[in-house]
Amino acid sequence: MKQSTGEKIFQWGNVLLLTLLGLITLYPFIYVLSLSLSTAAEAQRSGLHLYPQEVSLTAYKMVLNNPNILIGYLNSIFRTVTGTLGTLVFTCLCAYPLSRPGMRWRRTLTFIVLFTLIFNGGLVPMYLQIRNLGLLNNRLVYILPSMVAAFNVIVLKNFFEEIPNSLAEAARIDGASEWRILFQIYVPLAKPALATISLWTAVVHWNQWFDAMIYITDDKKQVLQNFLQRIVVENSTDMIAKGLVNPDIMQFTPETIKAATVIITILPMIIAYPFIQKYFVKGIMIGGVKE
Amino acid sequence: MNTHKTSRNRTQREWLGMLAPCFLLLLLFNYIPMLGNIIAFKDFRLDLGILASPWNGLENFRQLFSGADFMAAVKNTIVISVLRLGIGFWAPIILALLLNEIRIKWFKRTIQTVTYLPYFFSWVILGGIFLMVFSLRGPANMIVSLFGVDPITFLTNDRWFLALLIGSAIWQGVGYGAVIYLAALSGIPVQLYEAAAVDGAGHWQQMLKITLPCLVPTMIVLFILSLGQIMSAGFDQVYNLYNPMVYDVADIIDTYVLRRLQTMDFGLATAAGLFKSVIGLTLVVGTNMIVRRMSNGERGVW
Repeated sequence: MKQSTGEKIFQWGNVLLLTLLGLITLYPFIYVLSLSLSTAAEAQRSGLHLYPQEVSLTAYKMVLNNPNILIGYLNSIFRTVTGTLGTLVFTCLCAYPLSRPGMRWRRTLTFIVLFTLIFNGGLVPMYLQIRNLGLLNNRLVYILPSMVAAFNVIVLKNFFEEIPNSLAEAARIDGASEWRILFQIYVPLAKPALATISLWTAVVHWNQWFDAMIYITDDKKQVLQNFLQRIVVENSTDMIAKGLVNPDIMQFTPETIKAATVIITILPMIIAYPFIQKYFVKGIMIGGVKE
Repeated sequence: MNTHKTSRNRTQREWLGMLAPCFLLLLLFNYIPMLGNIIAFKDFRLDLGILASPWNGLENFRQLFSGADFMAAVKNTIVISVLRLGIGFWAPIILALLLNEIRIKWFKRTIQTVTYLPYFFSWVILGGIFLMVFSLRGPANMIVSLFGVDPITFLTNDRWFLALLIGSAIWQGVGYGAVIYLAALSGIPVQLYEAAAVDGAGHWQQMLKITLPCLVPTMIVLFILSLGQIMSAGFDQVYNLYNPMVYDVADIIDTYVLRRLQTMDFGLATAAGLFKSVIGLTLVVGTNMIVRRMSNGERGVW
């Protein structure tokens, strides 16, 4: 196809514009990475900090010496792993019966699940319920409330409905129980949908901080995001007062400490991102096409 | 015949057995809290519990709407949301259209991957990063100083803070939104374009007459869904970026509710939360009804 001059200019302008957008998106991350690796003197220099001119790992050493970071990491890993597993199992248990054409009260039950998408209890009633259930300061509060999420159930239910019912019928005639049919026939066939749901759930769990802030006051059970939040909003004089930053030695500044904490928090996601990203685009397609 | 019936009953029982634990969780963590909203109409006392606390009619709402701080929070929420929606709604559409024009595959994929990235991080992380980038001595102000302008107080000046909220919300969500629109774009039959080309339609005309109309259903769904978020105004983002200096523009309904919870004003907080949910629900259901009526039932979320 021949391109007119106008189209050529548009193509080049477009490439330029999108490159600029890409740079704007990446820059804040590059800045923080560069700052986290900088010496105190360099961090205080004004500039774009695209890369550290002199590499220093002091900030990381300081952050890793903070026992809260390790506690936060372990709690975050715990909630991500168990939360994702729990969500997977319960999503299957909920979606399978609702996808069966012969299920009694199917429409009503599906509506009960769907309704939670558009209306919820709000902060205070939820807080009081968690309190009544004795889940304040209990790590189960990270996992149980989000285990049956309507969106996941609908995605998987749609996926199950695409699988020919004859498969289940044949197994049923052979005397298989519904539990076996679900876990030995339907779950293996639904791997693409389950992969998307579990990756999505894992990211949400890793990023979640609000429930931990509201329901957990015991630092031993706190997640990484909240320790990061405290370090980020803490102003520099407080940090100096607490001995987190020693201005006499000055090998690091509050900024380099903050930057290093950010990097340590996002590290697992950055490593997983290229792998995850592919599934997400697919997942959006699954969710989007089916509606 | 009899065995057939018992086996069908067994199947139904097994299905119910699977659903039972799921519905127990829904009851505990969704439906009981929903019913807990009756606190909004009660003079709630922690020692008495929800059911035993005395009713007080609309007293909580009367107090809520006569308080200047709540009305300010409602106003701020709407201002932030309208700006976000008015400007931010178009950004992913434009990005998707621009990406769609790119012929170089690897470049398209790279930009898509990069712009999508911020969507994967919590506002705790992004807020932390933005607080550094837009601080007085940060790189944003370094660029500003290149133009000979005095440092800008992005984080503490009301107007700049609003701009920062809107800008960073777009920055975070544009890539994700574009992926959804790109999915819709990939579903447009090539024949439409070929036929248009035969009829002599230029590039620009194809975009106006084919591409955009094909995006309308997706736009409507996303618009209706984002209406449901109007009363939220992005709590996670606001909470992780704001500070007392900008409360005048940044104190929203959700931060108000959180503050009331922390001061144990349960009745007021619940009333505020319920007000928010009902407005959000009404907006979504109402708009969906209007859209359905206007399109003879063809468009809408459901």
